[in-house]
Amino acid sequence: MSDLFPLKVEQAVSRRRGKVLVGPVDLTLKARGTTVVIGPNGAGKTSLLRMLHGIARLNAGKITWNCPQDEAQRRQSFVFQTPVMLRRSVRDNLAYPLRVLGTPRADALQQADDWAERVGLGYAVNRPATVLSGGERQKLAIGRALIRSPDVLFLDEPCSSLDGRATREIEDILQKAAASGTRLIMSTHDMGQARRLASEVLFILGGKVHEFGPATPFFEGPQTAQARAFLRGDIVE
Amino acid sequence: MTDLWDGLSRAFFLLVSLDADLVEITLRSLRVTLTALLIASLIALPFGALLAVRRFRFRRTTIAVLNALMGLPPVVVGLIVYVFLSRSGPFGVFGLLFTPTAMIIAQIIIIVPLIASIAHQALRELWSDYHDLLISMNTTHIQRIQTLLWDGRRALLTAALAGFGRAIGEVGAIMVVGGNIDHHTRVLTTAIALETGKGEFAMALALGFILIGLAILVNIAIHWLTQTEREGRW
Amino acid sequence: MKRAILGAVAALALSTAALAEDMKMAVTTSFHNSGLSDILLPAIKQDLGLEVQLLVVGTGQAIRLGEAGDVDAILVHSRKAEDKFLAGGYGTHRREIMYNDFVFIGPKSDEAAIATATAATDALQKIAGAKAPFVSRGDDSGTHKKELSLWSTAGLDAAAFDGWYNAVGAGMGAALNTASGMNAYIMSDRASWLNFGNKGDLALLYSGDPVLFNQYAYLPVNPAKHPHVKTELAAKLEGWLVSDKAKALINAYTINGETLFVFNAKP
Repeated sequence: MSDLFPLKVEQAVSRRRGKVLVGPVDLTLKARGTTVVIGPNGAGKTSLLRMLHGIARLNAGKITWNCPQDEAQRRQSFVFQTPVMLRRSVRDNLAYPLRVLGTPRADALQQADDWAERVGLGYAVNRPATVLSGGERQKLAIGRALIRSPDVLFLDEPCSSLDGRATREIEDILQKAAASGTRLIMSTHDMGQARRLASEVLFILGGKVHEFGPATPFFEGPQTAQARAFLRGDIVE
Repeated sequence: MTDLWDGLSRAFFLLVSLDADLVEITLRSLRVTLTALLIASLIALPFGALLAVRRFRFRRTTIAVLNALMGLPPVVVGLIVYVFLSRSGPFGVFGLLFTPTAMIIAQIIIIVPLIASIAHQALRELWSDYHDLLISMNTTHIQRIQTLLWDGRRALLTAALAGFGRAIGEVGAIMVVGGNIDHHTRVLTTAIALETGKGEFAMALALGFILIGLAILVNIAIHWLTQTEREGRW
Repeated sequence: MKRAILGAVAALALSTAALAEDMKMAVTTSFHNSGLSDILLPAIKQDLGLEVQLLVVGTGQAIRLGEAGDVDAILVHSRKAEDKFLAGGYGTHRREIMYNDFVFIGPKSDEAAIATATAATDALQKIAGAKAPFVSRGDDSGTHKKELSLWSTAGLDAAAFDGWYNAVGAGMGAALNTASGMNAYIMSDRASWLNFGNKGDLALLYSGDPVLFNQYAYLPVNPAKHPHVKTELAAKLEGWLVSDKAKALINAYTINGETLFVFNAKP
């Protein structure tokens, strides 16, 4: 599907002020599916995503895409747990990633309107982004991440503070994106969401990959005691 | 107290009669300060944004120096500019001393640190908000600065208006480099100093009231032009 | 509407004043405060088509401006400084134009009783004897230098004075404001005093001693030192300043019926 993959991660470590946030990680991600990263709070889910995306410092090891680094950079997007709203209208927020790439203004605005419809924000294109509700903000952030038609979309707990309806709307958008070939790599603490979206699961614990494999076998019979405990809802350290 | 009332009534009379000298020095005040403000903003705003987005070696020192320069005594700036522009100084050949241009230069030097410092304070917060997103989108430094300047324009307007306030009310530096020449470099503040020197307090106060009114008017006009209060929020 | 206003602002910011023929002359505050320049400058503009831009400063700074070549001529009243200026080669020559006089101002109550003084030095000795508050310009101006020389003629050392002697380091007007606020004695040129608007409780107490006469001289800046100075215009102005027209205007200038200046230029 995409010549970005396979993504090879070898002994990758990210530290901050001397403290290991995540790693060392060894991992190979293939071109298809939706990878869901799960694990207890503080396990390093966010740090892993940020390290893979390249916005957290890689202190040791290697992360290799199957294409030159700068090209790989251009073909991925990231949705943050707390979406960043540019202090502009919804339309201008959506158009921003295209404008940065040099897309002519009229073209960018047209695509922005198109994406506003797709993520269900067609009614709000002229509103300032800062007045949107939590669910609307996350939809806007996802639309803004998808407008560049990335090959990979990272999402860091995109539904962590949303109600059921907003969560379903966002999952719909994500499933459509996945169906159209966008590789999703997302973290979540909602096991229901993980079951609904994941084609493979990455269970991390203490900054390291603890278990990694296809989703169905994982949810039916985890290999490790810690993963079993985590799925039961026990506290895992 | 009587001086105050005299001043108010004088100011009123000068205004309704559109006194020719008053109109002239008021327009000159505006011309000098608005030109200085424009140029200073073109320098200071991108510089403030650069300080927010770039991590370079002497960044902290630069910010500290900038904050210190905010309190730059205008009369010292005036003297330094004077020495540079004097016929026997390094830029003497341009013959700029005692011209409106010299006053503009002095005002630029006085307000650039102020505007840059306030701009940096405002944009630093915006940058901490935008940081992850703009890094993630692979934006260039120039694009980051452009984005901050555009999205932070309301806060930057406040920075510019602070600069305007300091420049229009400044007297020490422009007295030294402008010379307060009648019909040439006399502006509201130097005229006030002159009238005070003559003991004409009522006239000095009248000009003072007009200066205050002008500052308020310009603030309102700029806010109106940019519609700061209407859209609210940012 | 907005565009129109922005355009107007831009035009305002960019327009430059139309340039007529002009020259710069440094004059002392006392000359400018007299108001005589408001009579002379329009007449000069009318007769010569010349716009004289006045830099109103103390004598000390006027001399410095001339030395630096920042003005084309100076009109001052401090003989010693003028001679030094010429000796340094900064001016081409010195032309006497007119004189006025200094007066002693003080509180109406006149605690030092200088109104009955027999001479200027006597008046100063009385002030010092009474330790009455006194305001000095203290700004190295012609007036300040004159005051200092009078103290020393009176056999007193101004540097040794204590609390009652206040050197304010300011122009004539500001110094008069200070004296008015403190109800102190002060030496002023007559013109500044007559034009001063904030007299308060002060009054003119002593004048008339010939030692108080104050000669104004015109000194063009030497083009040999500063090739850019407008020598021709300076010469034109000098010709006008010593003309009969100038004589008539200067001698006829009065404030409250008092003559201020006596024209004494030699043709």
